[in-house]
Amino acid sequence: MNKIVLPPNESSPASWPEGLTRVPYWVFQDQKIYAEEQRRIFQGPNWHYLALEVELAEAGDFLTTQVGDTPVIVTRDSDSEIYAFENRCAHRGALICLEHRGKHRKDFSCVYHAWNYDPQGNLTGVAFKDGVKGKGGMPDSFKMEQHGPRKLRIAILHGLIFGSFSEDVPSIEEYLGEEILTRIERVLGGRTPVVLGRFTQVLPNNWKLYMENVKDSYHASILHLFFTTFELNRLSQKGGIIVDESGGHHVSYSAIDPDAEKDVEYAKQQLRSESEYKLADPTLLQGFDEYHDGVTLQILSVFPTFVLQQIQNAIAVRQIVPRAVDKTDLNWTYLGFADDTPEQRLTRIKQGNLVGPAGYISMEDGCVGGFVQRGIAGASDERAVLEMGGAEAKSSESRVTESSVRGFWKAYRANMGL
Amino acid sequence: MSDNVQQYITKTQADYARCIDDDRLEEWPNFFHGPCLYKITTSSNYRDGLEAGIVFANSRGMLSDRVSALRDANIYERQSYRHILGQPSIISKEGPMVRSETSFLVARILQDGDTSIYATGRYFDLYEIADEAAKLNERTVVCDSSRIDTLLALPL
Repeated sequence: MNKIVLPPNESSPASWPEGLTRVPYWVFQDQKIYAEEQRRIFQGPNWHYLALEVELAEAGDFLTTQVGDTPVIVTRDSDSEIYAFENRCAHRGALICLEHRGKHRKDFSCVYHAWNYDPQGNLTGVAFKDGVKGKGGMPDSFKMEQHGPRKLRIAILHGLIFGSFSEDVPSIEEYLGEEILTRIERVLGGRTPVVLGRFTQVLPNNWKLYMENVKDSYHASILHLFFTTFELNRLSQKGGIIVDESGGHHVSYSAIDPDAEKDVEYAKQQLRSESEYKLADPTLLQGFDEYHDGVTLQILSVFPTFVLQQIQNAIAVRQIVPRAVDKTDLNWTYLGFADDTPEQRLTRIKQGNLVGPAGYISMEDGCVGGFVQRGIAGASDERAVLEMGGAEAKSSESRVTESSVRGFWKAYRANMGL
Repeated sequence: MSDNVQQYITKTQADYARCIDDDRLEEWPNFFHGPCLYKITTSSNYRDGLEAGIVFANSRGMLSDRVSALRDANIYERQSYRHILGQPSIISKEGPMVRSETSFLVARILQDGDTSIYATGRYFDLYEIADEAAKLNERTVVCDSSRIDTLLALPL
């Protein structure tokens, strides 16, 4: 085990405060921490979202993605199985595949010296391996099977493809636990997703600030004023937070209270006559009952960087890719399902306005991380305070809590040995 | 006639850009007429026929809601755009209905003065020519890049 090298202004690992209610700001700033995260978290015993199975529907389909800093190729080979391997030539380290996605690929060839790989990531050809006219070439000791990009373990769960570089990672079921599994199944189980759109939001902050934001149910009705301003959030909603045992995964959900619904109808009547603000086109928020359980919002995260979202009928997966200490890519994939009616599809597309870089309730998430990153500049000795809802990282009926944020730090520290 | 069409479209587009760049967003929905469609997407989504937008509005009410949300609900740092538009290419013409494509470059100016190229792309438009003016029925904003910096508050 390598020891964590702490930033110079921190004297020892003990300087990480006791408990889960304080987070030192240097964890969002330090280059060495970023490098250590790559090794311990992104190369370590965790599952990382790679793609949707439906994006690799046919043999020969491929796409490129990232696990942390590491570029990865994901393929479906002629045996119909999914494979993933490092997008890095075993020879000199160049990218093997430059395209984002494509079809009918039987092999991958590095442009630099034409070293060739099959769709499972095995080295199958080395240009001029035996030299030319008996001269040059590789020595007899060179064995192609001993060289090749690192392969990832693959786990597929309800159409989501996860990969891991680690041999020590538990099964995906064990990794997630029953409650998280059930909540993924609720959204995706037994259905064929259809990709409606893909966008990347470039965030001016450390990746962990976005994950904190995802897990922070305390901010939702404060920062995102859209619903309250338009007086559409009068529903007295019940819900809660689920935090798994590791702390790293969470679900935040809210449900319509059937008893409150009558009041809502009443309130709506009032709203039309009394309120200054209302939506000129309220069809934006007119959804359909998709899950028959009254839950209109379910935000689910999987440690370290995956989010599955149901906001009314806007379904999306989000993949967080750290790019630098203070730069993060947030990859959005908006989903429908193969059995959507045209009206349901239009509803999803309209409700897409709620999320993403221009989302009424999530454009702010794109900038608040930057506000923190800028705010903590020069304050690496200081600490964030996470005491809302207590000091633990446990499931809770209240969403006015930072329980799942503390859970993230619990899992993070376990991964990082901090 | 076709020269005039080009002129009408050029004028409408220039007015549209000034409206946004001058922060007169309340007037922006008025550029749309008839069966209104406004969508922002990316060139790869557009090429692949993916339906969802970064912004999607199929009524003028939804355009007005965008503006009132920006004014009253959404939180973002003050910023402004400078639109630089290319010449419109007329793609097709059927009676009064004209389809055109126009390149744009939008620089974003943040409150600290930082100016950067925020988006480049193409407007795919459907205009109705009436009363010696081009009225916008549909605008699909296709950004060349699928990467959006931080957030997209103002319309493109």
